[in-house]
Order: sequence, then C-alpha cells, then structure tokens
Amino acid sequence: MAKFDENAKPFGNKWLDERIGLNTLKRVLQTEYWIPKDINFLWAMGMVLAATFGILLVSGIFLLMHYKPDANLAFDSVNYTIMTEVGYGWLWRHIHGVGASLVFLIIYIHMFTGIYYGSYKRGRELIWLSGMGLFVAFSAEAFSGYMLPWGQMSYWAGMVITNLFSLGSLEAYGLVEWIRGDYVPGDAYLMRFFMLHVLLIPLVIIGLIVLHFGTLRLPHVNNQEGEDFDYEEAAKLYKEGKVKESKVIPFSPVFLSKDIFVMGIYFILFFYLVFYHFNFAMDPVNFDPADGLKTPAHIYPEWYFLWSYEILRPFNKDIGLIAFGIAQAALFFLPFIDRSPVVAPAHKRPLFNIWFWALVVIMIALTALGKLPPEGIYNDLGLFFAVAFLLMGPLLVWITIKEKNEMKGA
Amino acid sequence: MRELKILAVVTFFSLLIYILVEPFAHSQMHKHVEGHNFVYTGEADIAQASKEKKEVKEKFWSDVKKIAALKGDATAGEAVFANCVACHNGANVNMGGVIPPVLDNAGSIYDKNYLIALIKDPAMASNVDHKYADTSTHPMGSIKYTVNTDADIANVVAYMLKEKSGEVTPKEAYEQACARCHAMRYANLTQIGETPKFKHEKDALAHKIKVIEEQDAVKKYMGKLPPDLSMIIRARGENFLETLVENPQSQLPGTSMPRVGLSKDGYEKVKAYLTAIGDPSKPERERLGPWVLGFFIIFSILAFLWKKEKWRGHH
Repeated sequence: MAKFDENAKPFGNKWLDERIGLNTLKRVLQTEYWIPKDINFLWAMGMVLAATFGILLVSGIFLLMHYKPDANLAFDSVNYTIMTEVGYGWLWRHIHGVGASLVFLIIYIHMFTGIYYGSYKRGRELIWLSGMGLFVAFSAEAFSGYMLPWGQMSYWAGMVITNLFSLGSLEAYGLVEWIRGDYVPGDAYLMRFFMLHVLLIPLVIIGLIVLHFGTLRLPHVNNQEGEDFDYEEAAKLYKEGKVKESKVIPFSPVFLSKDIFVMGIYFILFFYLVFYHFNFAMDPVNFDPADGLKTPAHIYPEWYFLWSYEILRPFNKDIGLIAFGIAQAALFFLPFIDRSPVVAPAHKRPLFNIWFWALVVIMIALTALGKLPPEGIYNDLGLFFAVAFLLMGPLLVWITIKEKNEMKGA
Repeated sequence: MRELKILAVVTFFSLLIYILVEPFAHSQMHKHVEGHNFVYTGEADIAQASKEKKEVKEKFWSDVKKIAALKGDATAGEAVFANCVACHNGANVNMGGVIPPVLDNAGSIYDKNYLIALIKDPAMASNVDHKYADTSTHPMGSIKYTVNTDADIANVVAYMLKEKSGEVTPKEAYEQACARCHAMRYANLTQIGETPKFKHEKDALAHKIKVIEEQDAVKKYMGKLPPDLSMIIRARGENFLETLVENPQSQLPGTSMPRVGLSKDGYEKVKAYLTAIGDPSKPERERLGPWVLGFFIIFSILAFLWKKEKWRGHH
C-alpha cells in the first residue's frame, strides 16, 4: 500500500492528493490540459452546451417532481399544477422548453464549426462520431420530452413518427404496435417515453459526453488555421513562462475564463427568451389537450427536426423513407466521405468553401420548407432541396479527391 | 475584428431560421382575417352570405342601422325589459338552447348595434341563421314577436346601456359572455357556474350529474360540446381569438358558435380573464425578468474582466 502521511490534515490538499491523486487530476484536467491559443468564441460552444445540458437537467428534475405520466393527468399536471400551483413552476417549464430549443441551435453551430474548420479529419474521427452520437441522443431526448405534455402536437407528432416504423411498403404494423405498446399512442406509450426521457436517454447522454471529452484529449482541439504543431514543445514554452510565444493555453483557468464570458452573453439571450419570447419554443397547438379523434390542420415537428422531416415529405412513401434514412446517417460518415487530408478553414479551400455554404443554405431551406404547408411551389422547392441535400455527399467525395490530387501535384 | 464578424454571420443565420419557421411559416399556415374593432355593421355577414341570403342580410343590417340612429328612451325601455327578464332571470335553467345569461352588465360588455340586431333577430345577429329554416325557431327567436317595434328595440337597448352598464370584473364578463357553453376547468367553472365544495360525496355526485345534464343539452344544441377554455389564450393566436369572437364564421366557417357581440371593452375584459387563468405567470415574469437579465449582464461584465486578466500577456 502506498504511504499515507499521518500528519496530513483531513481533506487538506496533501491528504486528498494521497488518496485520489488530486494534484494529478488538477494537472490532467485543468492546468496541463492544453488548448490551442488561436481560437475564437465558437470554441466555447462545447462548454455552452455542457452548461445548457446542466440547466436542462436541473429544470427537468424540478419538473419531474410534479409531472404525472398518465394520459388522463399529464396535460393538467403540466399546464395547471406546474404552471399555476407550483412556486416558480412556470419558470422551470419555460427554462426547460427554451433550453431544449437552444441546445439544438448551439449543437448545430458546434457541428457546422467542426465542418467549417475540418475538425473531424484524421485523428479526430472519434470526436466527430461521439458528437454525432450525442446529436442522435439529444434528438431522441427532445422527441420523447415533446410527448410528455400530452397536447395535440405531442399526440399527433408521436403518431406520425412512430408510423414511420411501419417501414413503408413493408407494412410492419406489428413493429409500430410494439413500439407504442398499443394500437395508438396511449398510456403505455406515454409511460415508456417518460421512462426514456427521464432515465435511459439522459444516462446515455451523460456517458456520451464523457466519451466525447475523452476523444478530445489525444488528438487535441483543432485551431482556427488547422495548424498542426508540437504540443509538447508549446506546453514546455508555456510552463517556462513564455506564454506569449507558446501556441497553447491551459484549459483552466485561461481557456475557461473565455468560455465563461461567452456563457454570460449566451445566458443573457437565454433568459431574454425565457422571460419575454418563449412562444417560439412552445407550439400553440400543444396547448390543446391530446385528442385522438381530431387531427390538427398542420402537423410539424419542432424546428430542429424540420430539415430531416422535409427530406421525407416530397417523395413517395418508400423512397421518402430511404432518403430520410440516408439523411439521418449521412453526417456520421463525414470523416470518411471527406477524402482530403487538408485541415484548414473552409475559406482557405475554394471548392470546399462553396460546398460548405451550399450545405448551410440547403439545410436552412429544408428547415423552412419542412414547416410550410406542402402545396404548390413549396412542394417543388422541397423536392429540389431534398435531392440537392442527397447529392451533397457524392459531391464532397469528388471535391475532396480533387483537392487531394491537387495537393500531390503541387 | 474577426470574432465580431463571425458573431454577425452566426446571428444572421439564426435570425433567418427564426423568421422562416416562426412568423413566415405561421403567416402561410393560418389565413389572416381582418378584424373590425368590435363594431358590428354586418359587413362580413353580407360578404360571406350565399346569393339568396345576401339581400335579406343587407336589409336586416340596414334596419339595424336605422334603429341605432333612433334616440332610445331608457325609461320607456325599462317596461320593455320586463320581457327579457322572463327568461334572463338568473335561475340557471336551460331554455332549449343554453342557460340564458344574466343581463346585469349587458350594457357594458356588448356592442349597441349588436344588442339591437339581437333583439330584432337573434339568429341573424349572431350569424348562425344557416342553422334555421325559420329564424324564429332560434331558442330566443320569439323575441321577434314580443319586442317588435323599432321604438321598443331602441328603448330597451337604451335602457340596458344606461342601467345595466355598471363596472364589470373580467370574471363576470367571461361568465356572462362565454361560460354558458364553455367550461373552464382551471377556474373550477362548468356550464352551470362555479363548482362549490361539497362535504358529502353524494352531493358532489349529484352536482356532477347536473353538470352532465346541462352539457348534454348544450351538446344537443351546438352539435358538440364546445371546448374548455382554460388554456385557449396560449393555444390560439391573438388575431384568431379576436376575429373568432367578432365573427365565429370568419375563422370556422359553418360553426354553430354564435357571435357573442362583445364590445371592444367587453372583449378586453374577457381576454384579461382568459389570460389570468391560462397564462397566470405573466405578472411574475414581468417582475422577475429584469432582475435575472440584470444578473447576467453584471455576470458577463465581471467574466469579461476576469478573462482579460487571465489572457494578459498571451498575445
């Protein structure tokens, strides 16, 4: 057994260091976790996401104390008990609703930052994959959470999405019933989505967050120019006090001090929305209680699912499902579709730059069209952009192979 | 400043998405109905009417206009009002359609033109004449024969505007205008009024049966049970609620919901009540919001100073 100092003050620095390796932990997680210095505020989005997840967790725990997962009681437990009777229940609910929407805004910014700077390439594949895993887990979390108020949109969105599992012409209605636990969404359905929302998926998310942080450690965080430098040398310079010459900064407190400032600005926006502009995150249709006999005129998912919903819509049943499946999986494969070894911001890669902004425009167009009624010109535009999205994959392969060959030629 | 440029790009795309999926998409999904400021001239009714009904409606509303121009005599109106009280007596008894509302505040919550039109022909005034081959079969249709001169109508309306126009609370306005058809469970209101507390379960059940009986009567009259209005203020947009109340046919063509004929003031009162029940956190939000935002503004300033301190000498 290791040596333990008899005179060490209980819970003092030395005492803790001997027992849990406090100093090592501090060094590994904070003072000698090196982050490149050449970054901008987009590098703070990871910690902003962690903070938003924390807020969702805390507000969710408060809501959980008063929510009733019962098809007859759920709507009123949210809209009456929590909103009227529970002290500050309305605040927790609005924080939870706005947070669920903003977490996706930041996820998308975080993802597109990664794409723009090529931060998923050799050595960083697992960062991207674990991040995509988080995206899927958050999507499942958002969908299951949306069922819980048991309003009209909960019910009908649940109906539409679980219907997808009939797999088009395969007519696998048995599978749909197995997922729902009933022929239509009901008590069994609500309870299992409740379980998923408050237990299973949060556990998966926490696990994936740990993995995501872990995958960052060895390949290091990318920097604004995609520069590949010697971290050990840079760290040595920093430790010698040459902080100006060194290309790195320690995670804590230097990197974190900037993160916390960015978080402050973000929270001003966050709470502005919570107090003055929360309606965008709480669809009016969902304030009508679920009614299986009354289909709402327009059924649409929350904004962050609209782009993939729109890839499903313009085609016939089977092709739509296949396109939808491809769209869901496509982004996972980015590190393998991109054949170019160049790690640089998009504005330094002419063809890739065009591809990147085209992707942004296509996804925003799909998002808008996903909510618009599928009639007339919106239908044609939907088809156009859905096809365009599907072509972006092969296009990236071609662009990056070309880039790779040009590099060899030069 | 590269950081600000990046922030501008991120902000631009975020706002673009917001505008496309919120204001723009909703403008495309819901038809916009022009409101008419709670003044009832029958313009919309005539415009929507079928060819054969058009003329009748034009005549009806021009008659209303004529009566509105008469100078009513409130004192003479009091005697005519006795006809109304026969049914509008507060006895809480269904008279074939719904329970007739008490008229204690009719002069303060309803529009003058509407009251005139309603006494002249209830089905026409409330724009549900499509439900009746003969509008005198409307539950209140017999008023056509009991108060049947222009002078009587002008007088009784003058009486209501003068004597039945006391200050009205939002709750009273709601109860008189909406509560006979719509329940509001978050305010403990049913079609027969506020549910009292019962000591014995037997009494509670007996009351519940009365509620169900009244709901069945309303259902029979309206075709289906009108929705509970507890959360309606958050479930529908402002324009929808306003124009629905002005003229239900404009938002729900063919609906059996009658026009209620609220004046602007009356509507504001009803809306205040719907908000108090459906969105009760509003005052607290407005009180707490500035403090929380203030906290994060100070937080950000301190964080910025800390960041500057930590990054000193790094560039």
